[in-house]
This record gives sequence, C-alpha cells and structure tokens, in this order.
Amino acid sequence: MALFKKKKIQSIGDSQYLTLREERKIAKENAKITKAYEKRKNRTKVPESEYLTEMRDPKNVVEFDNLHTYFYTDVGVSKAVNGVSFDIPEGSIVGVVGESGCGKSVTSLSLMQLVQAPQGQIVEGQIRYKATNGKCYDIAKMPRNEMLHIRGKEISMIFQEPMTSLNPVFTIGAQLDEVVLLHEPGTTKEQAKARSLEMLKLVGIAMCEKVYDSYPHELSGGMRQRVMIAMSLSCNPRLIIADEPTTALDVTIQAQILDLLRDLRHKIQGSIMLITHDLGVIAEMADYVVVMYAGRIVEKGTVREIFHTPKHPYTIGLMKSKPSVNKLVERLYSIPGQVPNPINMPKHCYYKNRCEMCQECCEGDFPELMQFSETHFAACHLYRDNKDLVIYDSLTTGAESEKAEVAHE
Amino acid sequence: MSDENILVVEDLKKYYPINKSLFGKPQSFVKAVDGVSFSIKKGTTMGLVGESGCGKTTVGRTILRLHEVTGGTVLFEGKDLSKISSGKLRKMRPQLQMIFQDPYSSLSPRMPIGEIIGEAVKVHKIVPRSEYREYILQVMQDCGLQPQWYSRYPHEFSGGQRQRICIARSVALKPKLIICDEPVSALDVSIQAQIINLMKDLQTQFGYTYLFISHDLSVVEHISDEVGVMYLGNMVEYGSKTSIFKNPLHPYTKALMSAVPMPDPDYKMNRIILKGDIPSPANPPSGCKFRTRCEHCMEICANKVPEFREIEPGHRVACHLYNDKESTTK
Repeated sequence: MALFKKKKIQSIGDSQYLTLREERKIAKENAKITKAYEKRKNRTKVPESEYLTEMRDPKNVVEFDNLHTYFYTDVGVSKAVNGVSFDIPEGSIVGVVGESGCGKSVTSLSLMQLVQAPQGQIVEGQIRYKATNGKCYDIAKMPRNEMLHIRGKEISMIFQEPMTSLNPVFTIGAQLDEVVLLHEPGTTKEQAKARSLEMLKLVGIAMCEKVYDSYPHELSGGMRQRVMIAMSLSCNPRLIIADEPTTALDVTIQAQILDLLRDLRHKIQGSIMLITHDLGVIAEMADYVVVMYAGRIVEKGTVREIFHTPKHPYTIGLMKSKPSVNKLVERLYSIPGQVPNPINMPKHCYYKNRCEMCQECCEGDFPELMQFSETHFAACHLYRDNKDLVIYDSLTTGAESEKAEVAHE
Repeated sequence: MSDENILVVEDLKKYYPINKSLFGKPQSFVKAVDGVSFSIKKGTTMGLVGESGCGKTTVGRTILRLHEVTGGTVLFEGKDLSKISSGKLRKMRPQLQMIFQDPYSSLSPRMPIGEIIGEAVKVHKIVPRSEYREYILQVMQDCGLQPQWYSRYPHEFSGGQRQRICIARSVALKPKLIICDEPVSALDVSIQAQIINLMKDLQTQFGYTYLFISHDLSVVEHISDEVGVMYLGNMVEYGSKTSIFKNPLHPYTKALMSAVPMPDPDYKMNRIILKGDIPSPANPPSGCKFRTRCEHCMEICANKVPEFREIEPGHRVACHLYNDKESTTK
C-alpha cells in the first residue's frame, strides 16, 4: 500500500513532463522557426515561377508528394503529417480513413492552406494542384494572397459540423451569395441570387426560396449540411474536400447526404476527397482508399483491394473491430493499446506496440511503402519476403489481445 | 439468467410544457416520450435505437427519475419508481446506475479517479471502511485500469480510458441495472470495440442488466438481446434481436437498416431513403407519426393512431400495414 501513498507524478505512456524553463526555451525556438515560415507566406509580390511546377500524371487533380506538416507546440514538435504521398485523379472519390489524431484532417487543411498558423507549418514536400487555367501550382509554396483565388473557388470544403460552420447572424442567402460575389467579380446581386437558388435546388432543398431567406438556426442538421454542400458547389469547384460530412448526422440523414454527394459527382464532374473514420461510408463512396495511422500512410489502394485483400495489420484490425449489421461475431476484435504520443514518435514502425503480427525486423526503421499491384501499397515488414501472405484470419479475436492490452497500458 | 423481469416500463410518458399562460398554466406540451412500454429480463441487454430527438435519452433519464415522470409506471423489481418517495429512491440509487455519452464532461476535473470511483461507494456504504481501498482497486482492475492510476486526474487519460473510469464508477456500486446512454458514440472505432468487449465481459462476470441507448444499429445488434426502435416519442417496433434484424416489419425500421453503410464495396443495396427530417415533436402529425416520411402511407394512417400489437410471439409493431395480419393470426 505504501506504493500508492507516494505523491510522485508518473507519466502516462511515453509522454514527458517538462519544466517551465524547458517549455519556455522550446517556445522561443519555435517562435523563431514559425516566424520565418510566416514571413515567407505573407510576401506579396512573388514571381509565379517560384510556385509553378509539373504534374507527375496529367490525369490527377492533386498530388501530395512527401508532405510534412508539423505543429510547433510548447512541449515539442508534433509531426501531424509525416511524409504523406497520394494522388487524387480527376472525377474520382478518394477516401481517407483513420482514427482521430492520425492526421487526416491536417492533410486536407494543408491542401487548403488552412492549417492553424503560426504553430502549424508545412515544412517539407509538395502539394501539386492542376488549376483550371491549365497551370500547375505547388500549394505548399504558394503565397497567401495567391491562394485566395483557389480556396473556395476551385477547391472547396465541407466541414464536419454544419451547426458551427454557418454564421448565425446572416441569412443563408447572404452567405451563399457572398461566395459568388467574392469569387466572380462582375456578377450582379440578382445573378448571384439566381445562382444560389439554383444550387439550393441542386442539393435537393424543395422550398429553396424560403430557405434562402431563413437563418441557420431555423434549419435542421441535414438541411444545414445541404446548405454547406450548396455553398461549396456554387463556384463549380474541381475538388471538394468533405471532412467527415456525415459524422454529426443521423443514419437516415447520412444516407440522404451520401446519395446527394454521389449524384453530384456525376453532375459537376469534379473529384471528392472524403475524410471519414467510418469504413462503411468509405466502402460505399470511394474509388481509392488511403488508410492513415499516426501521420503516415499505412496502406493505399482501390476500394476493392483494400476491402477484399487488406494487407496492413492496422487496416485489418480496423475492419474487424467494427461490428456490422447482419454479420454476427461472438466477440469483437479490439486493437490493443493506443496511438503513440505524436511528440515523441518512435523510430520503428508506429504500429509496432499494438501489432499482433510484430516480428523482430519491426525493431528497425519505419517500413517503406511496398507495392502489391499497380495501385495497391502497404507499409509493413511482414511482406518483405512473401508478398502473397494472407494474415486476415491470423489475428485472434479472443481474450488474449485484451490481456495483452492491459499489460501494455 | 432467470426469466424474471427486472424492469417493466408501462405507458411511460414525459411531457415538457411550452407556452405557459398568464397564470403559469401550461397550454401545450412537447411530448418527448408518449406511451412507451417494454420490459427487460434480468441479466440481459435491451437496445434502444432511434434518430436524435426521438426521445430515447429521455426514456433512460425518466426511468432513473432524473426527470420527473408525467404518466405511466416504472416497475423495478416490483417497486414503482415513479411514485416512490425521494428518501427511498435514494436508498435504491446504487442499484440503478448510468453511463453517460461524453466521457470528457462527465468526470469532475478536480478529483483523482480513485475518488471519483469511490465517492458513491463511501456515501452508500457499499463496503466497510477498512476494505474500501482494496475494493476500489479491485473494481479498477476489473475495468482494465491500472492500480497506480488511483491518484491521477481525469485530464491525464484518453477518451477510452475515461469511459472505463465512468464504467468503473457505476459498477463500483454493485448495481442491478445500468442505463448506458450512447457510451461508445464519442469514441474511435478501435476503442469502441475495447469498451463493448469490456461491457460484455462485466455482464457475463457479474450478471448486470443493461439498457443500451444508441443510434448505431451495428453496435446495438452486437450487444443486445432485445431491441426497441423509437420514433418521435413512440416505440414503433420491439422484439428480440434476431426478429428485428432478420425480419424488420415497420417501414421505419426497414429504412433505418438499409441506411447503415456496409463495409463491403460490392454489397448491392436497395436502400430506402427517407424523405425529409424528423417532424417537430411540439406539433407531430396526426394519426401515425411516421406517415409524413413513410412510403406505404395509406388513408387510415392520417386518421388513426396505430396500435402497438403483437405480430409474432414477442415481436410487436405499431403500423397499420399489419392490421389484417393480426386478425388472421387471432
């Protein structure tokens, strides 16, 4: 019992407690670094050549290439996105899955240059974007004022919570018109209104005149999400980023919204980057899937490859831990332990401590993405010698994993 | 597991007054729960599903009398909780516990977790003082919490661990019935599975009875023995898990089932997409409340409230579509 009487601070997991002095020192260093980044972004007259680049594949709208987005916090550098590369082809839906804190939202925010500044900075890598005018920009290097022409017009975003992302003091109409008036100079108010009404009709709002004049609080969650979608569509974007568009909604409303998004994709001929933690939504909507874990991609491929022949133990664990309707199991598989602390990431594979298939070689460096087919990649040491290895059933669903988890915690 | 019903809820009603008159007399009501009846057998789990705003949380809270009951009875082991005096109710509190949805806001940030778990144990004198500490440590261990965390504060824990603390807190009182109000909706998928497994383990070990309130059908299917589907303050369908999931009868249940996305890209769905939103509970449609969104809506639906009748043994549904079927079985 004497053990418990000690008032000693013990850290959870691998987090470290810092003294105030240490924290202040880190903060000072961070300020120096972020200031330099901010200065670079805030320049006004930047020659276009500085951020012009070439697409690797002209069929893609966006190519993420080795993207690193770090957060300079007072307790250390948090590598939220740590070397992410994937493509978004034209006219397709790319789904990004992962648990909270795995960097999926930060990836999309980097694309919009909306990462919380000055702490959050893109430090390395390229985000190549093929603009409507045929040029190809590197968004990671683009100055802030140039980005204004792209953000909201060519790339638009649907946020998770329709309750908080609409302004409560303006009518829906005013907020919708603003987008058009801002991005298409020269449009009259009447034209803008006509466009807004057309968009509201497109997203399936029946009484669009009435909704146009109402305030956000008068609408239900599903309606607000429709308004958000209408807003993101009003400038004919080439890419829509949907950040958990249905998480805050009920299942029946979720079905409506997903149906709408699927229809729209054919109508507007654009691409959608769908961020979610629900594998069901991904299976239904996406063409390509990217599975992220702790700031890195652990697996990517077409939706059939990911769901029929998953390779990475994390992907398999995610699939097994989700109960699904009409598929009964005695006991759910649960991934033991937790995501490692983003500030002091280990050198080895980030999933090693939670992985059941872990081997000796996992002690080494973080595994490289390995190619299984033209589109299918996974980062795991298991397949170094044998690429056809199937491990789906070898993950136990019993109590052993549970025990291991308690021991690990 | 015995066949004895631990909880029998009959015609439970909870109205909230709106529009009070000059002298404070309520003129109209929001009928949050309007005549819900069900029973739970000892040691089993009943799932309660429905969209947000259908009154499922209100049912849970009214059973515990966190909200006063407007009408109907709640029989817990034969005693009517809705009429019992507050002094006696307080004595019964340890037997009825609740787990809340959001583990971030339901733990006091100023108390170490040992104290959070043990506070009610002290008040209700569950164990003698001398065994108190051992008892709390034992409960923590049962819930997958390590003993050295005894004097840590909630902010040091992640969402999944906090939910374990919440579970430990209610389990420490040796309850008979635990009402779980969306215990896993705020958690990540991998953590969800851990918590669900923990709850199932505790049930097999100690024989708790759960009322599991959730909007996630797949989770409810996994954990429940009986399922009730609610819509706008009414129960529209009630039955065993297999009868509800294999053979849903009410159009609303069918629509709910088909709306769940399946994690299989080749799955062919014939999805029923409901039009519009849930109507306002202050001004619900006449007759069957679901008729405004129902694809099988008939004339009778607007005039007559459907009865909640038994179609198969143990499977009850409130829908006019099955009026004839009942007469043939009779």
